[in-house]
Amino acid sequence: MTTATIPTPIIETTREIQFREALREAMTEEMRADERIFLIGEEVAQYNGAYKVSQGMLDEFGPKRIIDSPISENGFAGLGIAAAMAGLRPIIEFMSWSFSLVAADQLLNNAPKMLYMSGGQWGCPIVFRGNNGAGGQLASTHSWCVEGLFSNVPGMHMAIPSCPYDAKGLLKTAIRCNDPVFFLESERMLGDKGPVPEVEYTIPFGEAILRAEGGDATIVSFGRPVNFCLEAMVELAREEIACDVLDMRTIRPLDIDAVIRSIRKTGRLIVVDQSWPFASPASEVITQVCERAFDCLDHQPVRVNTDDVPTPYAKGLEQAYLPNKGKIIEAVKSTLGLL
Amino acid sequence: MSTATASQGRQRNTGASATLPDNTLLGWLREMVLIREFEIRTMQAYSNAQIGGFCHVYNGQEAVVVGTFAATTKQDPIVTAYRDHGHALARGMDPKACMAEMYGKTTGCAKGKGGSMHMFDRPNNLYGGHGIVGAQTPLGAGLAFATKYENEVLGKGDKRITLCFLGDGALNQGALHEAMNLAGILQLPVIYIVENNGYSMGTAIDRGTTMAHKLEAKAAAYGIESLTIEHGMDVCAIYDAFKPFADARRRDQKPGFVDLHTYRYQGHSMSDPQKYRSKDEVGQYMEQDPIETLKKQLIEDRACLTEEDFKAMQKEVRAVVREAVRFAENSPAPDPRKELYSDVFVDPLPNSSPSGPYLHGETNHLMRGSR
Repeated sequence: MTTATIPTPIIETTREIQFREALREAMTEEMRADERIFLIGEEVAQYNGAYKVSQGMLDEFGPKRIIDSPISENGFAGLGIAAAMAGLRPIIEFMSWSFSLVAADQLLNNAPKMLYMSGGQWGCPIVFRGNNGAGGQLASTHSWCVEGLFSNVPGMHMAIPSCPYDAKGLLKTAIRCNDPVFFLESERMLGDKGPVPEVEYTIPFGEAILRAEGGDATIVSFGRPVNFCLEAMVELAREEIACDVLDMRTIRPLDIDAVIRSIRKTGRLIVVDQSWPFASPASEVITQVCERAFDCLDHQPVRVNTDDVPTPYAKGLEQAYLPNKGKIIEAVKSTLGLL
Repeated sequence: MSTATASQGRQRNTGASATLPDNTLLGWLREMVLIREFEIRTMQAYSNAQIGGFCHVYNGQEAVVVGTFAATTKQDPIVTAYRDHGHALARGMDPKACMAEMYGKTTGCAKGKGGSMHMFDRPNNLYGGHGIVGAQTPLGAGLAFATKYENEVLGKGDKRITLCFLGDGALNQGALHEAMNLAGILQLPVIYIVENNGYSMGTAIDRGTTMAHKLEAKAAAYGIESLTIEHGMDVCAIYDAFKPFADARRRDQKPGFVDLHTYRYQGHSMSDPQKYRSKDEVGQYMEQDPIETLKKQLIEDRACLTEEDFKAMQKEVRAVVREAVRFAENSPAPDPRKELYSDVFVDPLPNSSPSGPYLHGETNHLMRGSR
């Protein structure tokens, strides 16, 4: 087995801020630069954000640009879509993507299809953002991972940051994008701190980043579970199993080229995805690898998803259901014939 | 909360339309004739399988768009549901682009990607043509939000109003109620116009809608002022009632709600056997035909039109519609190599799809002013 290495951080800064602060900085900086941008959602203004992401933004931008909406996801999602068509740059905050399901018609029929339905006359430059994934004993209706469900629909980009640096850089790209962006955050990461430079930067969509480099297996992930993959990578390194950990950063576009580059080296693919396994981003990665680089594989690909059941409430059940370090280690070892 | 009922629309020469020049009303007549003749050819083409999918025609309801649009400017955004050919034509869409769209041709307003239910016209601020019942109502709120935001935050644009049309069937969709509450809370300058033709597909309004005979109660619940127009087959009655209502909403930048009684002569869609209503009922409404009503008024009250003039108008319009049909028939079908994968993204990125790269769309020359 080869030795695992963690690449030198690309971020040269001593400043560490929370994930939520990184999101807020992205929105605030973009709103200062472009008056067409506004934020609407439940409790975003006077309450300062249900999760304090928009804290202080009402004070800076006033109630015409930071707008409290009643609990009407379908209504304010649709409002934003038409405002985007008419030339504004809306940011729609869902307190949780779980609550976006009642806005499914606007999200899936209107935002991503408007350009096509209108024969190229009207695009829809809008960002939908909010918490995605299990929050911690919130049970089945409040723990949605929408990436599997929504990424099936053509016409939008889907970004899913795993750390504060990416949260800021990807959100700035999302806000400047001329097409709809579904931006998936995580309640469990909002308090995570990480290095974020003060200097201006953006992160392009469709470019995965190699978080760790090793030659034995390729672990591909998106969003919060990338952190579990890194924990697994460290533990596997102690057993002299070295893994590439690829953080995809966006699900659509999907940087499948980066995945193939890595498996050409490792021959082994493990995809870690917090949504259900059936027709999931993990299935998509594996399918595309099989279609394009089947000959590179020395072992059948393995996916680590949440279990294919509704999200349970009880702590132990929820923990058993979610992807974690132990499941990832087991999956990696299975591809190496070590189990 | 004030409501008004325009039930006195039959009284002549008292409303705002009385002060309009003959040419304006002749223009209204021509627009209604254009919609009628266009839809006659639409039905023929549908019967001949030259138009596919679902197709909902506007015969009978012509006065609604002509009378309400007359109170707007082309800068006022319009959004509607899927019975949208009349809206497109009355807003100024080239009949050729409208017909070609239904023929699924690349010269259609949406390059053949939208069809009958998705008429979009950016130069004329028609924001669709929407296929899901009620889905356009939050969009109406958003268009009004945008015009108000442009005024108040960006400091540009005149005071505008958005007209958001819906059928009476959409009264029972949650989207409308969320949208009206938002319009009320945020004080958005949008007017929700219910084209109340009495039926949501085959369901008579009082079988599906509470307070069916007092719809203004629904608007009152959201703090929105309303207007009922009972004589919705009479374009002058519509204009007389709607113009001051719309002007006030524009001036005050506030929402409104209009229950506009109208009637569709044809079935809900082209495949509707219409067993839910009697021929007598249809006949009674045909006696109030909007074209005949205005024509009679122009001949008898204004003496600015003769039967011969009208026949000449019909002849001219039929030629326009024939030309639109000919254009649609002769236009090329969209080339899948160019059109299947274009207009998915404004700025396509690599690796967005496993089935192929997305392409930049080409501008449709009939829809000049679009992106």
